[in-house]
Amino acid sequence: MSDEPLRLVGRPLPRVDAAGKVTGQTRYTDDMSLPGMLHARIRRSDRPHARLVRVDTGRAAGLRGVHAVLTGTDLPVKYGILPVSQDERALALDKVRYVGDPIAAVAAVDERTADEALRLIEVEYEDLPAVLSVQEALAPVGDGDRIHERSERGNIQRSFAFDFGPVEEGFQAADIIRDDVFFYGGNTHLAMEPHCAIAEATPDGRLTLWSSTQVPHYLHRALAHVLGLPADRIRVIAAPVGGGFGGKSDIFAHEFVAAKLSMLTGRPVKAALTREESFYCHRGRHPVLMQFRLGATSDGRITALESTTYLDGGAYGGHGVASTLYTGALQTTTYKVPAYRFRGLRGYTNKPACGPKRGHGTVQPRFALEVQLDKLAVDLGLSPAQLRRRQLVEENSRTVNWLRITSCGLRECLDRVVEASDFERKWGKLPSGRGIGLACSAFVSGSAEAIYRNDGPHTTVRLDVDRSGGVTAFCGETDIGQGSDTVLATCVAEVLGLSPGDIRLVTADTDLTPVALGSYSSRVTFMMGNAAIQAATRVRDILFRAVAAKLGVPAETLVAADGKISAGEASISLAEAAAEAEAMQGPISETGSYTPPDLAGPYRGSGVGPSPAYSYSACAVEVEVDPETGILTVDRVWVAHDGGRVMNPVLAEGQIEGSVYMGLGEVLMEEQAFRKQGLHRGPSLLDYKSPSALEMPPVQVILVETIDPEGPFGAKEAGQGPLLPVPPAVCNAIYDAVGVRIDETPVTPQKILRALERRGGEPRVGPGPVPEAPFRTAIHVDPPPGAPTLRSVIDRALTAKEA
Amino acid sequence: MATQQSVGQAGRLVLHLTVNGETADVLAPPAATLLEVLRESLGLTGTKHGCELGECGLCTVLVDGTPLLACLLLAVEMEGRQIATVEGLADGTRLAPLQEAFRELGAAQCGYCTPGMLMAATHLLATVPSPTEGQIREALSGNLCRCTGYTKIVDAVGLAARRMEGEDR
Repeated sequence: MSDEPLRLVGRPLPRVDAAGKVTGQTRYTDDMSLPGMLHARIRRSDRPHARLVRVDTGRAAGLRGVHAVLTGTDLPVKYGILPVSQDERALALDKVRYVGDPIAAVAAVDERTADEALRLIEVEYEDLPAVLSVQEALAPVGDGDRIHERSERGNIQRSFAFDFGPVEEGFQAADIIRDDVFFYGGNTHLAMEPHCAIAEATPDGRLTLWSSTQVPHYLHRALAHVLGLPADRIRVIAAPVGGGFGGKSDIFAHEFVAAKLSMLTGRPVKAALTREESFYCHRGRHPVLMQFRLGATSDGRITALESTTYLDGGAYGGHGVASTLYTGALQTTTYKVPAYRFRGLRGYTNKPACGPKRGHGTVQPRFALEVQLDKLAVDLGLSPAQLRRRQLVEENSRTVNWLRITSCGLRECLDRVVEASDFERKWGKLPSGRGIGLACSAFVSGSAEAIYRNDGPHTTVRLDVDRSGGVTAFCGETDIGQGSDTVLATCVAEVLGLSPGDIRLVTADTDLTPVALGSYSSRVTFMMGNAAIQAATRVRDILFRAVAAKLGVPAETLVAADGKISAGEASISLAEAAAEAEAMQGPISETGSYTPPDLAGPYRGSGVGPSPAYSYSACAVEVEVDPETGILTVDRVWVAHDGGRVMNPVLAEGQIEGSVYMGLGEVLMEEQAFRKQGLHRGPSLLDYKSPSALEMPPVQVILVETIDPEGPFGAKEAGQGPLLPVPPAVCNAIYDAVGVRIDETPVTPQKILRALERRGGEPRVGPGPVPEAPFRTAIHVDPPPGAPTLRSVIDRALTAKEA
Repeated sequence: MATQQSVGQAGRLVLHLTVNGETADVLAPPAATLLEVLRESLGLTGTKHGCELGECGLCTVLVDGTPLLACLLLAVEMEGRQIATVEGLADGTRLAPLQEAFRELGAAQCGYCTPGMLMAATHLLATVPSPTEGQIREALSGNLCRCTGYTKIVDAVGLAARRMEGEDR
């Protein structure tokens, strides 16, 4: 990039899709209707775990208005978003594994008829023992009772164990060792738009699927695999998504069902799920039981960290293997950790499958680590800010588990949050019942590894310029509300000297747009932004050559701004330049792409965690706790976020405020919980509590701008990272307010009261000891050059003591 | 009133509705909700469905100026009432002040709750021209949003109120 001043980047411009959204004109999947369209409904299991003895669809098929009925035999091919866990079928073939597991599907003239047909489907079950917690998943199990035949052991889907650096030595060198157990509860995305897909199969053997999905490319591959159609005959279009948060980054039964029903009937088929079904589709935050052991010097420097995580995975793999690795990957990215042991396992349970939710797999261990550091600070009589500040990860360094840190604004985030919240003056000194808490975090700006192994670019942008000066950007990325379309238009317009509104966008359509991996892992701004800049720079070079020839000036002297290309006083419009260039060399069409550098460490399992850049956050929360009722009120939140260069402050603030909101919901009230027989406790918006406008406290957002060396114009992520420090900051504030530790989420008034009423022992509510688990022998990994060493930590501690 | 309704084909009723000032005759089953009729019969898909149980606020419309949930209203009861939806807010291609404020401040992210929010806010500003932040939050407390944390929505309603008051003066 040149050092020209930025004209658009950094300005608070409205989203390019805002007008459609405020007028109701944006067409989401369920807003579409095709001529002759049928409606699909899915019969789901009401048993948590059972063999299917008989599924009789005869009466349903005979109902007037029913056009087709499907069962498991119609869609027998297994799939899964990760190549390593192909354990799902669109419709159950031999057994069901959770209440809500799809069994059969109907296409009918309308939803009422389809619902009537579902009631006529007869299902006979033979119940199997149900496993409803990760503790139960660890118990020995007979072969016939296992949830899946293929697993590492019993109902343990997969486990991992790593020792990075000198773990035992690190603990031996410690002056103090803390051992704590935490539980982070499960919760769900609750996107306001329920899942929906529409399929249209045509007699020429082609199939189009519109879906509310974050990952049209992965969906495209899965459809080809399951339906047995050539991929080039399938077109997947991600319609504007009415909220995702990770909940639409997996592949869902209704997408295959709509496609197959359309292929059978020759009619378009819509599968619109109900709110209740969306709760059962889930793929949300894993409940995770965690044991954290932390060794530190007497002045609070970490000498060794051990984290053990037990994930309650639900009935299928989904993204779960990656989720498991994520519960271990990022503990080393904020503080200098010279020795680190991670062990993690994921159990299959008879509940809706968990998966990625905003902060994928890192939210739970971040909660544990930040609360544990707060306890350590209290043990050592240090301010939590001071304890953190003396061991912050630095820019251009490595972590003990081989993560490459480039730009890092963590220190500034921490300092500014401490200052804005007046933390040092308040902590430990507010009147009883009031408290302030602090936490920090880091998150990936895109995963450096694709979900399936391939050497292709992770994202590509193609730009066409026509002789009227019209610029069209084609890209497979998907706007799920985070503003990716606006980022795409902004990057292109910045380089070409146009306005974002000038750029025509064609996105998320596998027939028309080059492959892009999708809206997950906070990858889009970073990766698509780089691809867009590259494509636009190539187009600009072509235009400059044509203008240089026309005006008789060197191309290097040209500037693109305000829809014109100029050299001093002389200028011509972009349209004229495009016409000149087209006459010189033919139609203008250029691509740009982005492939992350190879960042994986030299060990198996190192593919999760590496990112071309990490965002950093710090958060302070001030609360009030009523000791009589246990009622907790969050009065104010301060959050500082280093998302690199701020592409657009309106969008960045929106992502940060939304992250804080979602973090507060998780810590204060949201709970994806189940009854004994695997029934969701409250699959409705009334029973599943989420914060309304009344519960949302004021949030002060502080944008910390590091200029990332590899980010587009220096940008990193902002959509997920700022959620991470919120839950632990709340629990740390509760301790400051009333002196009790709530080591599990959600924090309810009952738990606070229970902790306050505890006589003798630690005033705490949280899980007891973790169960024994058959972890495999740890893989020992030597740290990379540039990682913190035990020696350097101890030396610094000694130097500090002497000083 | 049922006696005035003519019964159409297959037990359906012909309903005479007034939506955004326009009258329309619609054929619908007696149990059809206003939400179904708006979206499926009239093609007014700006009003969203999120639960069909009256819990999320996405389908908020104004009935004779009062914000109500279209998923809980029977279409047959809407005859003779003035129904207003998000499609009626703009003046041609000119956005209403609330829409303009939502657009400028980034109050719509995924946009799925936006139509309902706008209708609830329209009612608020019609009844309380200069609301406090607390009044705005109260008025929107039945409309859930998962993207914004409500911050920019509350700001946008406040901005629109100030601009509309400025115009009136």
